[in-house]
Amino acid sequence: MMADDTKTMNMIEAINSAMDVMLGRDDTVVVMGEDVGYFGGVFRATAGLQKRHGKTRVFDTPINECGIIGVAVGMGAYGLRPVPEIQFADYIYPGLDQLVSEAARLRYRSANDYICPMTVRTPFGGGIFGGQTHSQSPESIMTHICGVKTVIPSNPYDAKGLLIAAIEDNDPVVFLEPKRIYNGPFSGYYDRPVEPWSKHEASAVPGGYYRIDLGKAAKVREGEAVTVLAYGTMVHVAKTIIEERGVDAEILDLRTLLPLDIEAIEASVRKTGRCLIIHEATRTSGFGAELAALVQERCFYYLEAPVERVTGFDTPYPHSLEWAYFPGPVRIATALDKILKD
Amino acid sequence: MPETPPKPPLGRPASNLPPLSLHIPEPRYRPGDTPDFSDVEIPAVDATPRPGEATKADAMRELCYGLVRVLDFDGQAKGPWNPNLAPDRLRTMLRYMMLLRAFDDRMFRAQRQGKTSFYMKSTGEEATSVASTMAIDRSDMCFPSYRQQGILITRDYPLIQMMNQIYSNRGDHLLGRQLPIMYSAPEHGFFSVSGNLATQYPQAVGWAMASASKGDSRIATVWCGEGSSAEGDFHSALTFATVYNAPVIFNVVNNQWAISSFSGFAGGERTTFAARAVGYGIAGLRVDGNDALAVYAATQWAADRARTNIGPTLIEHFTYRAEGHSTSDDPSAYRAAQEAGAWPFGDPIARLRQHLETLGEWDAERHEAQAKELEELVKTTQKQSEKLGVLGHGMHQPFETMFQDVFEDMPWHLQEQCDQMLAEQKTKFGADWKPE
Repeated sequence: MMADDTKTMNMIEAINSAMDVMLGRDDTVVVMGEDVGYFGGVFRATAGLQKRHGKTRVFDTPINECGIIGVAVGMGAYGLRPVPEIQFADYIYPGLDQLVSEAARLRYRSANDYICPMTVRTPFGGGIFGGQTHSQSPESIMTHICGVKTVIPSNPYDAKGLLIAAIEDNDPVVFLEPKRIYNGPFSGYYDRPVEPWSKHEASAVPGGYYRIDLGKAAKVREGEAVTVLAYGTMVHVAKTIIEERGVDAEILDLRTLLPLDIEAIEASVRKTGRCLIIHEATRTSGFGAELAALVQERCFYYLEAPVERVTGFDTPYPHSLEWAYFPGPVRIATALDKILKD
Repeated sequence: MPETPPKPPLGRPASNLPPLSLHIPEPRYRPGDTPDFSDVEIPAVDATPRPGEATKADAMRELCYGLVRVLDFDGQAKGPWNPNLAPDRLRTMLRYMMLLRAFDDRMFRAQRQGKTSFYMKSTGEEATSVASTMAIDRSDMCFPSYRQQGILITRDYPLIQMMNQIYSNRGDHLLGRQLPIMYSAPEHGFFSVSGNLATQYPQAVGWAMASASKGDSRIATVWCGEGSSAEGDFHSALTFATVYNAPVIFNVVNNQWAISSFSGFAGGERTTFAARAVGYGIAGLRVDGNDALAVYAATQWAADRARTNIGPTLIEHFTYRAEGHSTSDDPSAYRAAQEAGAWPFGDPIARLRQHLETLGEWDAERHEAQAKELEELVKTTQKQSEKLGVLGHGMHQPFETMFQDVFEDMPWHLQEQCDQMLAEQKTKFGADWKPE
């Protein structure tokens, strides 16, 4: 049932709406980043926010990610709730020391004297011909930091509710936005027409405030044959392939990688006895390795086949060979065949 | 096989041009040398003008290359920067600096006695934290580096709390998590010390931006050494400060040495550190950091600018690190032993004392009595602190505190790891173990 203020939104509009709601509710929220002010962001995620909330609440920054995150730490210490944007996740590395050694540790090292209620929004992932510097998926770098939460939405409804929960969280959150699905869910077939969000039920987004608690996975599809763990863009790719092949798979959209919804994972794998993990990031030391280890530790006696991983390759993200790199239909189908045969 | 042209060998000029050469900075004096600083330029005590606080940065760039001075070497306060402090205020300043030195001496010794892992003294640099803290408002926010314990002393932070932190004992409100001297004291406007260098620089700017955006009247001050001014964070901070005209004072304590690297490895051979301000279009001052009144005057001037929306200021405190970098350092391995003694700007405490004595407001007897009193105060406090334990003699915190405050609420994976550790504790120490 749609509430009165519910509108059809794509991911960008939903993310914009989350910030708009929070800027309106809480005068300590500030939004900043490269090109986010007057222009409204290179992906338009902050369009109109400066006009509505003023220049001191929504503003452009120098091209300096160390400065953006470092300044946000100081603003948090003052009592603000900063929401910095890093224009591409690939650009977060110059700010990593401020994130790892400062934002993530401030509460701990000061024993609660100071906290860092910051939400770093950043688009990530490939599939847009971004080449090696506009396509990376650094989520496992984030989950490896103790003291940072890592959130990845896969649809407009979740994006808004999770972003509001992230902004309200009193710890630093890295909010990774899968840019391939900003404008529509992705089937994994790059040569098919793009489907807009308006055809997807999760594009019905309430205009006002609501939140989706961090740390809770969503069951995208019920099934008995195999558990598929995915997040972001890969949720939609997995669903397409699974439905095409008529596999009775259960898909969990993890939504928050840290803290992880381990209960949902355990319950599903114990039921299906098989576990396939899908992510776009490079394979070695990727988040799939952590998931595989957890499933093995907790569900070993329920497993009927080795845990499988479908991932990007351990190479930089290539430009022209993007679709050879992307963990698409062929790679997923091959893995499904293998795990169901064992 | 196809023939490939041979690669020219490395290091051979590609033409008849003279060969290039790489410059590796080298300090003037090494162990065994006799240092001679007679060529260090010391402008006359009244030679550096004091422009009005509202002066535009580009109209007073020469201040970045001069030296703000107030005290001459005979103990007289002179020139346009003289803050004309009342004798009581001067005595307070002297007292804080002496307390800081007494505290440093005592804690250094405690480390040598094996009571803690680490300590860092501020000997010779006391004015750069004490006088600058006295020149700002009590409610202004300080973002220290690791050698600014003088801020806490000047803001009357309880000495016992500093010692408890140094000992990581039962009274340490940071629960033994931080290396000694990495204090945190929000009630005293003192940010949590990181240990990573210059990270506090952009944070101070962010705090100042927040204060300005909320229409507050408080400003931020931040410290780093000349060595860590080479960090990217330093330049990020100055960029943001100039872009947003943030109400912040940047202090660069140029004590000549970053562990064993002399200031030349931060670019000090070619220009002053105050001159970094020129490129960013903000005000810069170079100050005799061993002259407490000059430090006070410069900071007061910068604070006035910040508080009236004129803009940020970078202050280089030209001083000398009279002792090692830390208790883990041995400066005799890399610099001439007599450098500190030969430093032409003397000792900040001796100079302020001389000034007060010249004014007839202080004498040797009072000085000795105060030194003794402060030594006793530190000693007595130390005894109280040590009753709460010292580092390495028993574990003073409940083990589960290790897992607290990673997040506001403990997620399941940390709870599981905590349970594992408590089981290990039981195996190692038995079920009845309590923090010592």
